[in-house]
Amino acid sequence: MSKRSATVYWTGFSIILALLIVAPFVLPEFWRRFLTEILIWGLLAMSSDILIGYTGMVSFGHSAFFGLGMYGAAAALLMVRPPNLWLAILYGLIGSAGIALFVAYFSTRLRDIYFAITTLIFSQIFYVIIFTWTEVTGGENGLTFRRPALEIPGLFSMPFSSETLHWFVLAVVTASYLILRRITQSPFGMVLQSIRENEARTRAIGYAVERYKIVAVMLSGLFAGLAGVLYALQNRFAAPDFVYFLVSGETVIFNVMGGIGTLVGPIVGAGFFLLLREAFSRFFTEYYLIPVGVIFIAMVIFLPQGLLGFMRRWLNQ
Amino acid sequence: MSTVLGFVQAIPYQELLIQTLNGIVTGMILALIASGLTLIFGIMDVVNFAHGELFMFGAYMGVVVISATGSFWLALLLATLIVALIGAALQITTLRPLLGRDPLTTILATFGISLVMQNYALWQFGPVARKIPEPFSGQFTLFYLEYPWYRVLIAVLSAAIIGVFYLFLKYGTYGIWIRATTQDRVMAGAMGIPVSWVHTAVFAIGAGMAAASGVLFGPLVGVNHAMGLDWVLKAFIVVVVGGMGNLGGSIAASIFISLLESYASIWVSPAQAGIVSFVVLILTLLFRPTGLFVPTPK
Repeated sequence: MSKRSATVYWTGFSIILALLIVAPFVLPEFWRRFLTEILIWGLLAMSSDILIGYTGMVSFGHSAFFGLGMYGAAAALLMVRPPNLWLAILYGLIGSAGIALFVAYFSTRLRDIYFAITTLIFSQIFYVIIFTWTEVTGGENGLTFRRPALEIPGLFSMPFSSETLHWFVLAVVTASYLILRRITQSPFGMVLQSIRENEARTRAIGYAVERYKIVAVMLSGLFAGLAGVLYALQNRFAAPDFVYFLVSGETVIFNVMGGIGTLVGPIVGAGFFLLLREAFSRFFTEYYLIPVGVIFIAMVIFLPQGLLGFMRRWLNQ
Repeated sequence: MSTVLGFVQAIPYQELLIQTLNGIVTGMILALIASGLTLIFGIMDVVNFAHGELFMFGAYMGVVVISATGSFWLALLLATLIVALIGAALQITTLRPLLGRDPLTTILATFGISLVMQNYALWQFGPVARKIPEPFSGQFTLFYLEYPWYRVLIAVLSAAIIGVFYLFLKYGTYGIWIRATTQDRVMAGAMGIPVSWVHTAVFAIGAGMAAASGVLFGPLVGVNHAMGLDWVLKAFIVVVVGGMGNLGGSIAASIFISLLESYASIWVSPAQAGIVSFVVLILTLLFRPTGLFVPTPK
């Protein structure tokens, strides 16, 4: 990255981050919550961008990782007294990583469409298990729990307000973005991108493509699980609806709308989608997916790069 | 020895036979859906996410035509034709522009279509499930059960539709066009086959077959806007297990998986029996990723 371009990039990054930090002071309660939600869905979308945009594998099973993050957090918050925030995150990450390893082991044997369908079906397996295993998961009703306090052991402890929750989510999402950005620019990330460009050649050079793919799926699943934990914290429940494959489909929609292979694009896409949903549900009530679906189809045909696609090269410098 | 004897006696033979019949009936319905799906994939590399919604639309068209005319058979015919036309329109407007792009974009486009169609159905017909009356209500006694003839008829009709379609592919001029396009799109075009219209026609045929199975299956369950989701997932599993783009494999896999699920539902609840098909899929991917019912690749 040239020096000037780097300055522009970090300036832009700081301005947007600063805006997001002060946002809770200016926004009314509803939009504050809305913005937090965009960040959480954005993190989920960003995690799947590692697969879709950088490795070239479209996952239709991210709802499984997201949902397991949610249920992992729920398990920690319901079983351990008093509920502990960091334990919730840890449980969520363990849950999603375990599932991700399982899914990755089987699904990375397949490519392209087969990978997409397999991940989809895997997420449905977990949906059926969670939906029918009522004694543990609460079945259709899901689980509700109390939100833990925001605490750093030995330093301070305070209950979450909607502002501090926003800042906490923002901190996690920003950290995840920086980590993922670093990873995509590392040698490991370069191998992933070369798999996307030409898998056979990458294998011929001597990289163990399957191993890289498994790690990529696990990494992606881990961050998706983190998004699930955040969503559980925000809404204080875990429900099987979030494991259903429509959530995975929406994740892919966020990516395509925002622009794959940019990391920030998916967050923008999530914001765009949620705004569209908000706007259209005023007129179409619960049938908002009719116009949103039509817009999505039009974007797939006419704007395959997504909203931020034109910045892709620059963002990845 | 006595344990073996006890085990043999413990097998519920009557139940097994009933479930075999049930399995074949649902298997034939599934085969009717999956053969359209696998054909569409085989010929134009399109994974049709909206296939379940075409099935659901077919069932709703059936409801509409029956309430207007009262004839089940007319409904079956009209629903098939209408949904085939809808399918053709969808293919021309959304899938034709995507020809030659990454097949994954077609998943996205058809996923969008499925969202729109599902919500349209919810909007038009409401959340309450509709019912298609059975065209006739004869039953025959099967052990302790009164088994409806209609179910048997479904299996026979589905088999007949698939059979006619197979013969059309094998001997009909247009069927030969379709097979030629599957084998080599460019060469078929060079021979004067209008490839893009063959694509449209295949999509329309697949849509029509899905609609026909929707109408046939309607009397067994309620017709609602979300009925397509379960079926499209099952059809995907079948298509992968049977080997993608392989018509015979899909039909065999449909019956195989439906039978296994029916047997499993003797012991566990139907929702849990659904996991059987997932297990079959995982084992297939593990040991034969090209599909169970295809010859071993050399």
